[in-house]
Amino acid sequence: MNPLLSTNFDACTKCTICTEYCPVSQVRPAFAGPKQSGPDGERQRLKDAAFYSEALKYCTNCKRCEVACPSNVHIGDEIALARKKFAPYNLSPRDAILSHTDFMGSMATMAAPIVNFMANLAPTKFFLDKFLGIPSWRSFPRYANKTFRAWFSDNAPDQSVYKDTVTLFHGCFVNYNNPSLGKDALKLLNALGVGVRLLAGERCCGVPLIASGFFQDALDNATTNKASIEKALENTERIVIPSSTCTMTLRDEYPEVLQIDNSSWRDRIDLLPRYFYRLLEEGRELKFKPMEKVVAYHTACHMEKLGWTAYSIDLLRLIPGIKLILLPSLCCGIAGTYGFKKENSPTAQKIGEPLFDLIKGSGCSLVVSECETCKMQIEMCTGLPCENPVTILADALI
Amino acid sequence: MTVEPLVLGALERTTETDVIIIGGGATGAGLARDCSRRGIKCVLFERGDLATGATGRNHGLLHSGARYAVTDRDSAKECIEENYILRKIARHCVDETDGLFITLPEDDLEYQKNFIKACQDAGIAAEALEPKDAKELEPSANPSLIGAVKVPDGVIDPFRLTVANMLDAVKHGAKCYTYHEVMAILKEGARVVGVRVLDKLSKEEYEVRAQVVVNASGIWGTLIGSLAGVDIKMFPTRGTLLIMGHRINQLVINRCRKPADADILVPGDTVCLIGTTSIPIKFSQLDTTRVSYQEVELLITEGAKLCPKLTTARKIRCYAGSRPLVADEADTTGRKTSRHLVLMDHEKRDGLSGFITITGGKLITYRLMAEKATDLICEKLKLKVPCDTATAVLPGSGESPDKILRKVAPLAPTVRAAIVSRHGDLAPLVESDTPSASSLVCECELVSVGEIKHAIESLAVHNLVDLRRRVRIGMGPCQGELCVGRATGLMTAAKLCTPDKAPGELASFLEERWKGIYPLNWGETIRESEFVMWLYQSICGLTRADSPNPAPPEHLEDEAPTESP
Repeated sequence: MNPLLSTNFDACTKCTICTEYCPVSQVRPAFAGPKQSGPDGERQRLKDAAFYSEALKYCTNCKRCEVACPSNVHIGDEIALARKKFAPYNLSPRDAILSHTDFMGSMATMAAPIVNFMANLAPTKFFLDKFLGIPSWRSFPRYANKTFRAWFSDNAPDQSVYKDTVTLFHGCFVNYNNPSLGKDALKLLNALGVGVRLLAGERCCGVPLIASGFFQDALDNATTNKASIEKALENTERIVIPSSTCTMTLRDEYPEVLQIDNSSWRDRIDLLPRYFYRLLEEGRELKFKPMEKVVAYHTACHMEKLGWTAYSIDLLRLIPGIKLILLPSLCCGIAGTYGFKKENSPTAQKIGEPLFDLIKGSGCSLVVSECETCKMQIEMCTGLPCENPVTILADALI
Repeated sequence: MTVEPLVLGALERTTETDVIIIGGGATGAGLARDCSRRGIKCVLFERGDLATGATGRNHGLLHSGARYAVTDRDSAKECIEENYILRKIARHCVDETDGLFITLPEDDLEYQKNFIKACQDAGIAAEALEPKDAKELEPSANPSLIGAVKVPDGVIDPFRLTVANMLDAVKHGAKCYTYHEVMAILKEGARVVGVRVLDKLSKEEYEVRAQVVVNASGIWGTLIGSLAGVDIKMFPTRGTLLIMGHRINQLVINRCRKPADADILVPGDTVCLIGTTSIPIKFSQLDTTRVSYQEVELLITEGAKLCPKLTTARKIRCYAGSRPLVADEADTTGRKTSRHLVLMDHEKRDGLSGFITITGGKLITYRLMAEKATDLICEKLKLKVPCDTATAVLPGSGESPDKILRKVAPLAPTVRAAIVSRHGDLAPLVESDTPSASSLVCECELVSVGEIKHAIESLAVHNLVDLRRRVRIGMGPCQGELCVGRATGLMTAAKLCTPDKAPGELASFLEERWKGIYPLNWGETIRESEFVMWLYQSICGLTRADSPNPAPPEHLEDEAPTESP
């Protein structure tokens, strides 16, 4: 919808429940909270740009406010749109590095062993901390030696044997850091009798670019992805994605924040567990071997926004012997690249503390989450492994 | 330079003065300013709060005069001259938005030619725009427009303007008494020598004597006239306006045709207003301005032709005022009215000396009205002092917002911007350097604790409703849901209210808001009003018995439009 005609924020009844649910408001008083920054602020900003507050950058774009809102106000989108309209152009090299995942990923994977080695050296960490503002105590995701795409074209089994095919939007994390998750997805899809294709041209969904204020770059990526997706959907039924954030971005951020029209294919973008669930409902089967583990399920913020945790939970319960603990839905604080920024990292850690305590006290040996940055944060802060449900299901597959 | 604090409300009673001004609208406040600046001692009596009559019940349009250019060139000229004066002397009350006069397919495009010509003849800069450019300039305007003319319309905040005039008056020695109702005009022979007023707060009556009494009470001028025994024929006509939840348009949007109902959409502060209607009412209905559903419907239907978004955007309230239309004295039928300012010297007109009536006119001509009346007062007092109100800036308008912003440093930049926009260069008087002072009371309109304290201490606030007129609390979409409870606490802390009276205070504020909500209580509006009721009635236990007027409201039936008296 044309944002000029949108009166969505008018629906706000000022009940303030969004601010109650905002992870940032609880720990960072400088952030006025979603109600003030979103619907209230919008009225002021329409009057005069002087009412734009720089503090809007403290929003993590977690969308918990939108889930909490009883009036269906797109609060998080409004904050993002206000930043798009009013924030000065982001000149920070640190933010450019953190958010341009495709560029960084393709560079780093070319020399992954060196990059991974270097990244954990004390002088590197010192430099990143002092000159770029990435805290030295943070651990960085390791880069893979070979991208998932390269592996897929060289090593993937022949996918043409399957009658049904689906297109996998692997996402940056799978491509550059965690190709094994992509392989797991392939394994499960094949086991369900579905062949896999990749998009002809896949770029980062754009969410880190939106978060750091690189709206034009995000729009460029989205435009490329839209063309690739529309092409792919001529031959395959659906686009499936392992990451909750990429899924949410393609479905909701594209139309709401980037004004990319996805109305003809939004419903054909699926999170992998939801797609598996669909296939099982159709009567297809997956056989799992027992797994005697205590596993804690963490609801990532964007999973909360999608509202699809039930699919993952039901699937995990198909594994015999698994003891599944459902953690209360709390933000881990990392929010993509947010927690990697030095000025935000104390906030990120404070937000995550209650969740880390719950995980550590739960007696679990493994955490599950569909979000790749929750994985980084939880692994660093609890010392426990955190995996996508796709990986756990693939491991248990007979 | 430090800003000198000014306190609006007078504490000591006055028993003798040069001039008594009856009516605390823009004209009365302007008169007090003009008189005091010319060295004339004056007191102003207002039966309620400042700006409660027609002053606070209009569009807040800083007319360019274009609306009158075709039909009434003199009015148009007056408007454009005052328009440019107010931009200079009252800049913290003015938003220089510009305005558009749009021609729709059903309108005659020929009118536009006459209109531009008439504007130019009146000295109003009118520029015809291509439809494409007009839509780019004002994207909310009806996209089917076939023509548009840009004129120097603007927006003026009538509450802020009245207070600024009164502050300047007080600075120059005038005295301001709100909640003082004139009960009688004192006469000695054929001469008015003063008034008897009722202090409505202490319930005491007392007499005040003066050489000249000025009736500046708008449409109530007839009633004041009758107290003095003179007949002033006026026709109360109700104009109703509807407020939308946010500022949809950035420019004033008018229809380029003969003035009619609901053909001006004005962006005012955080909201926008569509109006007006024009319905003759009886004098007995003056103090119970009710709005009918039919009027609301008319405003929405006609308003949507200017700006289609009005149909879907949230409406927050409606209100009505009575234009002070005076019978044209030259007209023998007694039915013709004038929109010009009307200055009556009752000595010449009725043989009653020491009594003047200034009425008619428009908000934008308030200063000119005050100037003309003060000229006459000077004549009567045999003084020769020139008027300087067209060049002397009002308190608050001395410095540019950029400069003021540097002097105010509260924690949140948005709170700072709000204080500067409402108080101009008096903003440094608002305490804002502590977290508690800059924390918000009204979140919709960004009103901080410091700003409320400032208003309570210096701006003649007696109750929550007065506070709303000073600082906009409760004027946003929630109509007091969050702020009114907090503000009641601050009023009680300031001893303007006691804990046992606080529920009543709160209830009367909410009831006053409700009067404007019920005629349009559907859609988002009813969700909000139900939520407010749930909060205050179901959770806080506020009941009708807490209200100072516990009788059920009589507004549930629509009144039929009535004949003029």
